[in-house]
Amino acid sequence: MIDALQDRLVSFLRRLMKRPRIDLPLAFGLLVLAGVGLTTLYSASGGSMPMILSQAGRFVMGGMLLLLISRIPPTVLRSWTPWLYAGSVALLLVVAALGEVRSGSKRWLDLGVLSFQPSELLKLTMPMMVAWYLHPRQLPPSWKDIVTVGILIAIPAGLIAEQPDLGTALLVSAAGAFALFLSGMRWWKIGSLLAVVGGMIPVAWHFLHEYQRNRVRTLLDPESDPLGNGWHIIQSQIAVGSGGLFGKGWQHGTQSRLDFLPEHTTDFIFAVFSEEFGLVGVIGIMLLYAFIIGRCLWIAMEARDTYSRLLAGAIGMSFFVYVFVNGGMVAGMLPVVGVPMPLISYGGTSAVSLLTGFGVLMSIHANRKVHD
Amino acid sequence: MALKRRRSMKDARGESALFQRRALAGFVLILLGLCTLVARYHYLQVQRHDEFALRSENNRIKPRAIPPARGLIFDRNGVLLADNVPAFRLEVVPEQVPDMKAMLAEIGTVVPLGDDDIETFKKQLKQNRRFDSVPLKLHLTEDEIARFAINRWRFPGVDVVPYLTRRYPYGPLFAHVVGYVSRIDADDLNRLDADRYKGTSHVGRSGLERSYEDTLHGEPGYELVEVNADGRTQAVLETHPPTPGKNLYLSIDVRVQKAATEAFDGRPGSAVAIDPRNGQVLAMVSVPSYDPNLFVNGISKADYTAYMTAEDKPLLNRALKSAYPPGSTVKPFLALGGLEMGIRRPEDTVLSTGQFCIPGQQRCYRDAEVGGTGVTNMVRAIELSTNTYFYKLALDMGIDRLSSWMGGLGFGKKTGIDLLGEAEGILPSREWKATRSKYPWFQGETVIAGIGQGYWNVTSLQLAHATATLAGHGIPYEPRLVMATAAVKEHPVPLPNPPTGPSLIRKPHDWDVVNQGMEAVVTGGTGKRVFIGFPYVVAGKSGTAERFSRRSNEVDNNKNTAYLAARHRAWFIAYTPTEAPRIAVVAMLEAGAWGADDAGPIVRKVMEAWIAATGGSVPPKSAPEGVPAGPSSVPEVPEDIPVATPADMPAGPPPDSSSTAQPDDGGNP
Repeated sequence: MIDALQDRLVSFLRRLMKRPRIDLPLAFGLLVLAGVGLTTLYSASGGSMPMILSQAGRFVMGGMLLLLISRIPPTVLRSWTPWLYAGSVALLLVVAALGEVRSGSKRWLDLGVLSFQPSELLKLTMPMMVAWYLHPRQLPPSWKDIVTVGILIAIPAGLIAEQPDLGTALLVSAAGAFALFLSGMRWWKIGSLLAVVGGMIPVAWHFLHEYQRNRVRTLLDPESDPLGNGWHIIQSQIAVGSGGLFGKGWQHGTQSRLDFLPEHTTDFIFAVFSEEFGLVGVIGIMLLYAFIIGRCLWIAMEARDTYSRLLAGAIGMSFFVYVFVNGGMVAGMLPVVGVPMPLISYGGTSAVSLLTGFGVLMSIHANRKVHD
Repeated sequence: MALKRRRSMKDARGESALFQRRALAGFVLILLGLCTLVARYHYLQVQRHDEFALRSENNRIKPRAIPPARGLIFDRNGVLLADNVPAFRLEVVPEQVPDMKAMLAEIGTVVPLGDDDIETFKKQLKQNRRFDSVPLKLHLTEDEIARFAINRWRFPGVDVVPYLTRRYPYGPLFAHVVGYVSRIDADDLNRLDADRYKGTSHVGRSGLERSYEDTLHGEPGYELVEVNADGRTQAVLETHPPTPGKNLYLSIDVRVQKAATEAFDGRPGSAVAIDPRNGQVLAMVSVPSYDPNLFVNGISKADYTAYMTAEDKPLLNRALKSAYPPGSTVKPFLALGGLEMGIRRPEDTVLSTGQFCIPGQQRCYRDAEVGGTGVTNMVRAIELSTNTYFYKLALDMGIDRLSSWMGGLGFGKKTGIDLLGEAEGILPSREWKATRSKYPWFQGETVIAGIGQGYWNVTSLQLAHATATLAGHGIPYEPRLVMATAAVKEHPVPLPNPPTGPSLIRKPHDWDVVNQGMEAVVTGGTGKRVFIGFPYVVAGKSGTAERFSRRSNEVDNNKNTAYLAARHRAWFIAYTPTEAPRIAVVAMLEAGAWGADDAGPIVRKVMEAWIAATGGSVPPKSAPEGVPAGPSSVPEVPEDIPVATPADMPAGPPPDSSSTAQPDDGGNP
């Protein structure tokens, strides 16, 4: 029994090594991005080798997960989808009931050996669920389907926002919404839905935590509070702005090196990048992100069925949300939300969950349509 | 069924085309989003570049912590015991140092650095922001300051900075009470609140400096300073001053403390004096002592080795940590217990013949005097320290009631004094033995527990606490060294110290009997030579505990004092005035021949100093008869609250004391 299992595992690994069914352009893009991330981290952390090594370790772990998941055919993923979704929502409920509170919010589940945030799982299971739901339906979706998808998104998003973790709630909802968008939802329906959402903003304001409201207020007038909330925004903009066209050079960003810039290895690492590599570097990295997202959509277009198409497209597009929200926050364009710059910010869970998502894309790529 | 129909109707090719259009639209939207981002970055990095570049360049306004001044420590009259004096130290601003390793290697040739200095510096370096200055070496000598001044140009980011260091004007006299501060080391950094200790270089290491660290430390402030390219301060823009730590006022009087120390004449031992009315410690001495000033800025290896290897252990706080058998000093307490439990009436007598045998057993226990004291009642048994009386009392009481009663007086547990590291001693009990021995409790062990031998171990502090509780008519107070604290520029606020429970004595007459016995000790018993000519009635009890167990029942006839001192520990407990006790004193000599003759004079000297210090005007009857100074008289009379006295008030006795102070008229052998 165990021997048989072992044999299967060995042969599986052997096949994996022989013919990794991955999309080379996408893999190349991710590798370059990871390299840029480690380089920036080296400078931002003041040359801390332990941080570099632990981040590289996470990349390796994420890469292995990527290869592993790329072996699971999309049809199998589809059949698992309702269970995965239900399981991750159940974990969210567990966190709400008895999660561990860290720095004021209840996001963590302590499993003894490791603790993780179940909300990270939703970043993947959310678009999977929406794609699963829309897969057998007549597209473009009807109002009834749209409402159902809305409920599927709202339940976990609400639980995550309650933790409170607005950044992840945003990413999770966006991933679901993108699947709906890609399913061909009529433009006039999208327009009216956006109008309704826009109309609800004053109501949502009422439900925000005081610290979240302060972040929005500070964004509108950062100079009003230069030592408190506004400090992040001002210092980050000074870092970005002083970088100029070509930047101050690698490891020469004074803002971060003098500790003026808070969180300069995690959420604000892109300010370090912008300071040291300038607008040229920013444009370069934006092109890289655009390439990765474009490649994801390409893989989606080549996909065999609706489920794979919607899932691949939604994963690719939600990657953009990371970039836009983090980049906007660093540039003082959006409020401070805990969204990392993908594969550049230091930190474990996001790198691993992102690479897992790319594993799904690889699997979809491997099972693409055969061209006539 | 409907689903199936719809599925079959799904137009795969149409859906694929729809998706492709949507994916393209999505990609266009994403490109637009990314372009918006780039536009924003262009706006910041190109259009507003000059402005931000300037702000980055001028971004040299930094918050800098201002450490609080440590609270001062005064005696009960405002005499300064721990002071802050200006000194200079070497500080480093890490971000201004081009090459830390080279700097550390090179600066050692100008200002010698120890390994500790460098280790602590490196640790602190990691815990501070790069623009926070970190102390490298404390307490520079004039010579070092001069040499650094010449070489300063070679070390950007390093500077000589004034700071306040601790000084203990009385040196060894208060070392075991006040303790000392020393430089924050690598371990401290892990346990202290980094924000609260930013800029602070010292932390309380022992004594009150340690136990009142929180009170003494204060809260740091900060200033916003503008620094130039070298990190040197150009201007202070804003100052938020720190809140200095609170000052402490001890209940100890410097003069009493001094007299107590001198009374030991260098012989190892300890003495504690407590005010029975409120638990305030009036003197606390452990001989020999050490100079706390040596520890403040790092003690030299030679000095430290000398202290550590000295045979009489000057660093050991004997009053707090050395527990020894109390010997006969337990007898008055036991007698009180016998009365309270109704086991003895004052008039009950015991025939003392020189030895006491447990009925039905071979083993016998000896009296101190050959031949015994004859027919002996309680008062006489206390006066003459008749072992037989207490052997029998202990046996009748039984070990359980004995240890429960003595435990109520505070033996076998911490007294709760405001110092750390108190020893618990040993209160003999079945439970205590059960955890350490496989044998059951033996009756013989109860017998010797009755005279303070056997398993018994008490500290001077515990015995003083018990004596004070007895003197205060049974009302227990935790001993307190600090009686008031004062925030800067404010009047001292007394720290409340309510009794820890109701009086242990239910029948006031019981107290009178024990008191009568203890008065007799001083007037005619073992202590009669000690208190001749003393102005107040004193109640006392001596104790001479054996340091080794006897090997035989032979009567030892060796009367050589030096020989006996090597075998005995001498105790003496006493309180005065007996009408309304205001001071209880315990003295212990680690090597004393006889409790009364050797420890007794120390007690007398402490009491005399106390009389002189309180102006020699102890009213003969300060409290109505029979009414103990109990909770009703708390808070204490104003004289116990120190006045905000100038720090340099002379330590001498008040002017009127010379006329009333009692001459020492040969009462001491």
